[in-house]
Amino acid sequence: MRALRQIFAVTLLNLKNLPQRLGSSVVAVVGVAAVVLVFAAVLSMARGFERTMVTAGAEDTAIIMRSGATSEMSSGFGGDQVLVIASAPGLLKDGDTPVLSAELFVIVDVKKKSTNTDANVPFRGVQASAFDVRRDVRITQGRMFETGKNEILVGRAAQSEFQGLDVGSTIRFGKTDWTIVGAFEAGGSVSESELWTDVRVLQSAYRRGNSFQTVRVKLESPESLDILESSLKDDPRIDPDVMSEREFYSSQSEQVTQFIKLVGYPLTILMSVGAIFGALNSMYSSISVRGKEIATLRALGFGPIPVLVSTIVESTLLALAGGIVGGALAFVVFNGFQVSTLNFASFSQVVFNFAVTPDLLLEGLRVAVIIGVVGGLFPAIRAARLPVAQALREL
Amino acid sequence: MKYFGLIWHNIWRKKIRTSLTILSILVAFLLFALLSALGYAFKYGEESADAERLIVIDKVSLINLLPIAYQNQIASIAGVHSATHATWFGGYYQDPKNQFGQFPVDPHEYFAMYPEFKMPEEQFDAWVKNRTGAVVGKDIADAFGWQVGDRIPIQSTIWTAKSGEKTWEFDIEGIFANEEPRGNTSMLLFHYDYFDEARAFGQGLVGWYIVRVDAGADPVQVQNAIDAEFENSRNQTESAPEAQFAAAFAKQYGNIALIVSLVLGAVFFTLLLVSGNTMSQSVRERISELAVLKTLGFSDRAVLGIVLSESVLIMLMGGLLGVGIGVIAVRGVAASAGAFLPGFHFSPTAMAMSLLLMVGAGVVAGIFPALNAMRLSIIDALARA
Repeated sequence: MRALRQIFAVTLLNLKNLPQRLGSSVVAVVGVAAVVLVFAAVLSMARGFERTMVTAGAEDTAIIMRSGATSEMSSGFGGDQVLVIASAPGLLKDGDTPVLSAELFVIVDVKKKSTNTDANVPFRGVQASAFDVRRDVRITQGRMFETGKNEILVGRAAQSEFQGLDVGSTIRFGKTDWTIVGAFEAGGSVSESELWTDVRVLQSAYRRGNSFQTVRVKLESPESLDILESSLKDDPRIDPDVMSEREFYSSQSEQVTQFIKLVGYPLTILMSVGAIFGALNSMYSSISVRGKEIATLRALGFGPIPVLVSTIVESTLLALAGGIVGGALAFVVFNGFQVSTLNFASFSQVVFNFAVTPDLLLEGLRVAVIIGVVGGLFPAIRAARLPVAQALREL
Repeated sequence: MKYFGLIWHNIWRKKIRTSLTILSILVAFLLFALLSALGYAFKYGEESADAERLIVIDKVSLINLLPIAYQNQIASIAGVHSATHATWFGGYYQDPKNQFGQFPVDPHEYFAMYPEFKMPEEQFDAWVKNRTGAVVGKDIADAFGWQVGDRIPIQSTIWTAKSGEKTWEFDIEGIFANEEPRGNTSMLLFHYDYFDEARAFGQGLVGWYIVRVDAGADPVQVQNAIDAEFENSRNQTESAPEAQFAAAFAKQYGNIALIVSLVLGAVFFTLLLVSGNTMSQSVRERISELAVLKTLGFSDRAVLGIVLSESVLIMLMGGLLGVGIGVIAVRGVAASAGAFLPGFHFSPTAMAMSLLLMVGAGVVAGIFPALNAMRLSIIDALARA
């Protein structure tokens, strides 16, 4: 109890005369703030990208692609094969008809607003049933495209990221003019990065006959996936890969998030090492300034442990302050910031927002505490070992 | 220079503080080296482009295929020296994670178009003779441990053979290098003739054209002439110089350069505070010494110079160590992952930039303490001490 009181008293004393060594303390705080800022900002890209991709995937939606296809673009089915899928077991039915959407997925060049250069924007041909398979899709502006017409429904994120996609405008792909008739939202998912049109129109524009690329179906329950899969695998008329939409999108997001993490974590570690040097510097100078004070305390009967602990506490509090500043800055500046990148897995643009999530901020604070403790440890040991007589003589 | 001894001793008067400052600087410049190598990898295609090469793609999207018949039409346009084609095969080796470029090409035309690719003549001849033969770049051969004579399976995610097979097997007949030491060689090239005959669909279609313009011709004019030629065809084209094409593609990933600059901005802002603080502490501690120097007849400017030199010297020590370690680290990463991240390289421009940064940061960190030292009045300083 006495030790605790001593620790508290010495720490308070330290913090009270902090203003006297403002310079080096501020440097330490800023150093840690920079680490947490960069950490949270870089990793929030991975979080945001993952979130956009994963929200798109429902557990009770299955996506069926040609076996071996790694993306929607490289998959393909004939119209007859879609009928095979429609009659498979495990599908959710609306009356007698299964909830199923056969789709075509191509890419068109549209200029990015931010760079004014062409970007691979996904252009999806869907049937009206696409809205039954994706329940969170809602038209927010304009109207639904009419079947058989060159009309486009544009995702909200695509609309804000790429040029010329305002409702009412026309856009030319090759020799065909398309009219943007509406915009939709889809719960912040990757679908919002896409342009949608009637699949029949897209088939003829791309001379695809009656062929599709992927089939999405609503399942009776997530457990029906296995029934559907084994039934389709046994069918000689079709050679499919069947997976849940969630699994599909998380595999599609892997490459980008891995890359960001592969850069982000080593970057954070290196920066933390730099910040530890900064903290060490600040604490060593704090001790050298307080040499007399520490010696006086020791002479008054304070033990070495309170001196040691108080130094670590000071350093940790400074680092924590830095962590809070950095985290807050990351949140204010970057959270929700919209960007788009080329997801190589689908070879198309995904629009997403930086997501500075609470767990990321917490992880950032953890990094700050580690920096503070490590940065305070060696100076603390030195402070505790300070020879009292010698330090007092320096008075 | 004659004050070097003095400067050197001043720097080390507080060994721990100086060492820690140098270590902070070291980390900052190590980060600089690694991040600029990363930034360089993303604009590498632009840097390695040939000014006389154009890329011709479908106007609607890079993924749409173009008729092979376009080749002769392009070749006959005024100002075009030669044209060849390539197609994205979209394959991987063993695991979908092992994606790299494979292109069905015309061997003679392709190697004439890319003279920077070099390989032994007998290997090239052997490849030409073997229909199912392929040549691979040195980087990718090293990454997978391939050797001439190996037969390797490549699984295509796009192209099915007439047999229904998606796995295509190739005999490695040669390994080519890039004349430019940092050049990308992460690719496999095989015969277009064989590809066109064996594929189940898409006969007579290729991915894009590569065009070499005549030495004297204006690339912009040639580019417009090509696009005009196909204005009324089924597939309209979009031509661009190789560098512009590469730059636009890199921009699809987002503004990597901006992200790198922001991170480095945060790093260097902190660094300036760290070293600025060190310098001002150091000057504060030896006000009386500086006053003595002035009393001995050192001019104000000499004192300014001494303090600034200390600051710059500390920055150079940390910076050069950091860049040195950075260069080694970049080489290490390039050796282990270079096949998948071509162009991860610490460029001479970045080297020059880092030197500028060291001197610049040294001056900025030292200028205020140095000015204080310069303005010091002897009487006041000695009185204060």
